Amino acid sequence: MSSTLTRGASPSNSHAISSARAMTKLPPSKRPRTGPMVDRIFGWAAKGAALLTLGLLVAILTSLTISAWPAISKYGLSFLTNSTWDPVQEEFGGLVMIYGTVFTSLIALLIAVPVSFGIALFLTELSPAWLRRPLGTAVELLAAVPSIVYGMWGLLVFGPVLATYVQQPLQALFADVPYLGTFVSGPPVGIGILSAGIILAIMIIPFISAVMRDVFEVTPPLLKESAYGLGATTWEVVSKVVLPYTKTGVIGGIMLGLGRAIGETMAVTFVIGNFNQLDSVSLFQAANSITSALANEFAEAGEGLHQASLMYLGLVLFFITFVILSLSKVLLLRLRKGEGEKT
Amino acid sequence: MNFSFDRAVLAVLATTSLSFAGAVSAQEITGAGATFPAPIYAKWASDYYKATGVKVNYQSIGSGGGIKQIDSKTVDFGASDMPLTDEVLKTKGQMQFPTVLGGVVPVINVKGIEPGQLKLTGQLLGDIFLGKVSRWNDPAIKALNPSLPLPDAAIAQVRRADGSGTTFIFTNYLSKVNAEWKSKVGEGTAVNWPAGAGGKGNEGVAAFVGRLPNSMGYVEYSYVKQNKLNYAVMQNSAGNFVKPEDDSFKAAAAGADWSKTFYQILTNQPGKDAWPISGATFILMHTKQDKPASATEALKFFGWAYKNGDQAAAALDYVPMPDSVVAAIEKSWGEIKDPAGKAVSFK
Repeated sequence: MSSTLTRGASPSNSHAISSARAMTKLPPSKRPRTGPMVDRIFGWAAKGAALLTLGLLVAILTSLTISAWPAISKYGLSFLTNSTWDPVQEEFGGLVMIYGTVFTSLIALLIAVPVSFGIALFLTELSPAWLRRPLGTAVELLAAVPSIVYGMWGLLVFGPVLATYVQQPLQALFADVPYLGTFVSGPPVGIGILSAGIILAIMIIPFISAVMRDVFEVTPPLLKESAYGLGATTWEVVSKVVLPYTKTGVIGGIMLGLGRAIGETMAVTFVIGNFNQLDSVSLFQAANSITSALANEFAEAGEGLHQASLMYLGLVLFFITFVILSLSKVLLLRLRKGEGEKT
Repeated sequence: MNFSFDRAVLAVLATTSLSFAGAVSAQEITGAGATFPAPIYAKWASDYYKATGVKVNYQSIGSGGGIKQIDSKTVDFGASDMPLTDEVLKTKGQMQFPTVLGGVVPVINVKGIEPGQLKLTGQLLGDIFLGKVSRWNDPAIKALNPSLPLPDAAIAQVRRADGSGTTFIFTNYLSKVNAEWKSKVGEGTAVNWPAGAGGKGNEGVAAFVGRLPNSMGYVEYSYVKQNKLNYAVMQNSAGNFVKPEDDSFKAAAAGADWSKTFYQILTNQPGKDAWPISGATFILMHTKQDKPASATEALKFFGWAYKNGDQAAAALDYVPMPDSVVAAIEKSWGEIKDPAGKAVSFK
């Protein structure tokens, strides 16, 4: 650096000059310089990796469509509204599984989003400093628990507790209430849509809360302190400063959780009951989800329509995820429009 | 930086190519399929390895998977709980033979009823799983069990959620003895269950039944013993109520005529002691072998297992094939030919 200093220049000036020089002439290095060839190879490799991902996506979509074709050509879109799943008579419809997947994920989000928001808020704004680290680590550790463990725990421990202390009292309470009564009808055995939704919520809370906490933390203290200086309460700061500033990240975190909930297989298959009939909208009713049906039936599904229908279900899952992703993008776009374009 | 990165890539490439080269080894038999006999195949494999030094690698991926694998010739033998019909075998150019017997047992969880006390008929079992008989104190159950303290509670039916040979045996039996079951549901490794919750695998059903009061499910016999589940006795085709045990499974196998075909589904067999929901599990092999040497090794393994494996089978609660059937099986191995059309040896 000193060698590039121009004599007589002021320090600030010399700095500017030296950095300008550095652009044209690299500082001497002990390591041998890599040629432009290596740079180009690296560029190609990076580009290749990006294209490979895209290619894989297209390849998966294509092969999924091809293997699902017998079912698509036979049932068309009526597959989505038919609730019969009969491998013996070879009649297949995906409504039960689609309903199960959508509803369990919805329940999971309903529970997980407020709880995660609370966790993130507490960790960033309210928690005493000494508690912040252990609590944050504990929440993140929840994400490291294998999903099958959640499934076993849900079946053997959580299910009975839910049945005795939640489902049976609720049934007794709402037995004669119209509408509400049908939501809590069915056998109170602790497996079904509700328990699957709750287990999923527990599984996605660490994801959503970790993302929320991280984005809450990057809110510039200047903004927050200004708001506090103007006399805002903690809630006002969070709702009027932190949330608007971090909404992209917050929605991203929720979508990450939702994606995980929709794709979760092992934990759901243990507690959902794997029941392919749709004869009640009760939350206590055993049901099925797309992933659970795939995991359970694929190994023994014979060639032909059964397998093709399972593939079709996979395609539907692909599509659901795609729609959710697009919806979240649209949501973000609308939010941005609502407040005027920012740079 | 870039330089060392290049080197690291080279090193990684070198090690992966080395490890690929090391993956092929000489004496190994591979098989894949049914999960029900997987524990006994694994035990036989480890005993056989100790005795002969030949490795048998069995992947329990399910009967359907086993059939696919043997069709595509990626394994030396496939395994299925569901026998294939002779016509299907002929078109595929394969043959099958049974290895061990097992039984499917209705298990219950009702307070005040001891194992083996509840009596059921096939008709009644079908009605329960159809959801037609939905309470424990239904007159139909009471008529068979007048002295039992049957509760005034709903029956929680539990069945397999995954496709399974166990389900095939169970639904095949119900189709034989319950006309409504046959017309409404039918038989298969997975069916359109009209009622009840599904557990994953035998262990899943066992866990459900163990945990849910007033439930009824069905599992493989070995799971009844290992989990000390409460089981029911069944009325067989001779009209007797029999307990699920080795002798009643053997009696079911003895009632079948194995001399012409191994396509035998051992449900609802004649014989006064026969357990009505019995079944065998099968091995599938190609009759025309591209690699006769590995076919020889596979047959040698099964020959050894029939001769020396009975004790291991009994310890794991499987029922070995009767000797007369084993003789017929070894005779049938003559169908397996090398490319020149000569029967492969298995001695």
